Amino acid sequence: MSYIIKGETGDWEIVVGLEVHCEVISKAKLFSGAATAFGAEANTQVSFIDAGFPGMLPVINHECVRQAIRTGFGLNATINKKSIFARKNYYYADLPNGYQISQSDMPIISDGYIDVDLEDGSTRRIGIERLHLEQDAGKLMHDQHPTKSFVDLNRAGVALMEIVSRPDIRSPEEAGAYLRKLRSIVRYIGSCDGNMDEGSMRCDANVSVRRPGEPFGTRAEIKNVNSIRFVMQAIEYEAMRQVELLESGGRVVQETRKFDSVKGETKSMRSKETAMDYRYFYDPDLIPLVLDDEEVERLKREMPELPDAKKKRFMEDFGLPAYDAGQLVAEKETAAYFEKAAAGHDAKKVANWIMGDLFATLNRLGKKITESPVSPENLGKMVDLINDGTISSRIAKDVFQFMVEEGKSPDLIIEEKGLKQVTDTSAIEKIIDEVMAANPDKVAEYRAGKDKLIGWFVGQTMRASQGKANPGMLNELLKKKLAG
Amino acid sequence: MSIDKDAVKRLANLSRLRIPEENLDEMVGEITKIIGWVEQLQDVNTDGVAPMNSVVEDMKLPEREDVITDGNIRDQVLANAPEQMDGYFLVPKVVE
Repeated sequence: MSYIIKGETGDWEIVVGLEVHCEVISKAKLFSGAATAFGAEANTQVSFIDAGFPGMLPVINHECVRQAIRTGFGLNATINKKSIFARKNYYYADLPNGYQISQSDMPIISDGYIDVDLEDGSTRRIGIERLHLEQDAGKLMHDQHPTKSFVDLNRAGVALMEIVSRPDIRSPEEAGAYLRKLRSIVRYIGSCDGNMDEGSMRCDANVSVRRPGEPFGTRAEIKNVNSIRFVMQAIEYEAMRQVELLESGGRVVQETRKFDSVKGETKSMRSKETAMDYRYFYDPDLIPLVLDDEEVERLKREMPELPDAKKKRFMEDFGLPAYDAGQLVAEKETAAYFEKAAAGHDAKKVANWIMGDLFATLNRLGKKITESPVSPENLGKMVDLINDGTISSRIAKDVFQFMVEEGKSPDLIIEEKGLKQVTDTSAIEKIIDEVMAANPDKVAEYRAGKDKLIGWFVGQTMRASQGKANPGMLNELLKKKLAG
Repeated sequence: MSIDKDAVKRLANLSRLRIPEENLDEMVGEITKIIGWVEQLQDVNTDGVAPMNSVVEDMKLPEREDVITDGNIRDQVLANAPEQMDGYFLVPKVVE
């Protein structure tokens, strides 16, 4: 299971730490009363604070603090009673103040972990060094004008949670699993929507390689990779590059690199010689943030059930295997759908229908589970109808498709389309008699010892019943009749 | 602690200040003096004294609730921009 790069000169292990920026869900910005909603006209959601006008004082949005605390609980971390905001100084056109308000040596959250599930069924614990609050920057557009860049400050000042993992990740797969788990947690909590393609969750990866058991090597930082798949690809490429470099006698330089998703490679952006020096210092506009114990306790009590706890409960209460439970809890909405559909019904079968036909259908239609044409109540009902013998599993596939198309309840569909399973012995016998009468030669062959013709007879009679005959009864009666 | 010419150049670059070559020596002297002056603080014995993070004590960080109270003042926000177009600030092209 451990991920080893086989080099020319021996084995190499990779060491990865991830820094994830999560845009906080809040109506207003971190230090101003301007709106955060995505997609507004340029520079309409900008206050004088966000635009860096002189003399403006930042006032912290308390909801952003609550979101950080909730997320801290989700990461099994320490909530620091006192934290301090600092200025991270650099000049760029998307940063009107010339500094970003962030947190340096005293973040609001520190020392947590999350457990990630891997393909082979094992679990790995990845440490979280810290989570701190900071401001997002504005947006630059470079393709609107031959010699100018356009600046939109709507995003400037929106709250971000930067979540920094410990260098505990040892493979691209673990990096992917970590990001998926983190995304699942912030979505459950409602502190970030976790959409990497829209930029509300962004990832930087610190990658180095070493001989197993040796101290950490020099790392390169890959900036702003915008999908989980690309993060995994970038790590894989970068580790290979470093191994090749080291084995050919070179040295890894500490630098910032960029991932080119088209070419699938990383390239240098700036090296340490020209590296940034952010000259952090405590922001004199903001005194330390001291949390109220009672509120922290209250937020802890109000925490929703998170994926790990839900998975455990699904396994215990519904008897689901770990894999199924893991699939169902990954998205909060899927878990909610399952709970509704499984209530009072055969949970295992409901889970199979969700992970099979429902996922496939939603995929095909490009819909989310919250937009499912089949309601959870109707899916639960359909499973009951299979279990009580009203329809066979085969007919259920058709019923399900009718439910997708018409959105009706399964009993109504079965009634309207006449899909009820035939369990009447005489009706089934009548069909068998007809098939046998029409194929005397096949009957003779069967009776002469060609046993495997039974399959052909089952197919014929099932077709003659339009698939509605109860398969068990059909088999039994057919054998009896053919035996003569 | 003394500071050399390269350090001053680097500091100037980080601060987006253009310092003519002939003024560098003078700056080296001045900055070294400033650092020396601040360095006197090192003489104070601070054993067992907790670091002071802020000069304001016994006061709570002022907070706001999560309510939209600002924005929609694009004309004012853009009023001082040397260049603007279609509601955007225009800056010399910056592409990494």
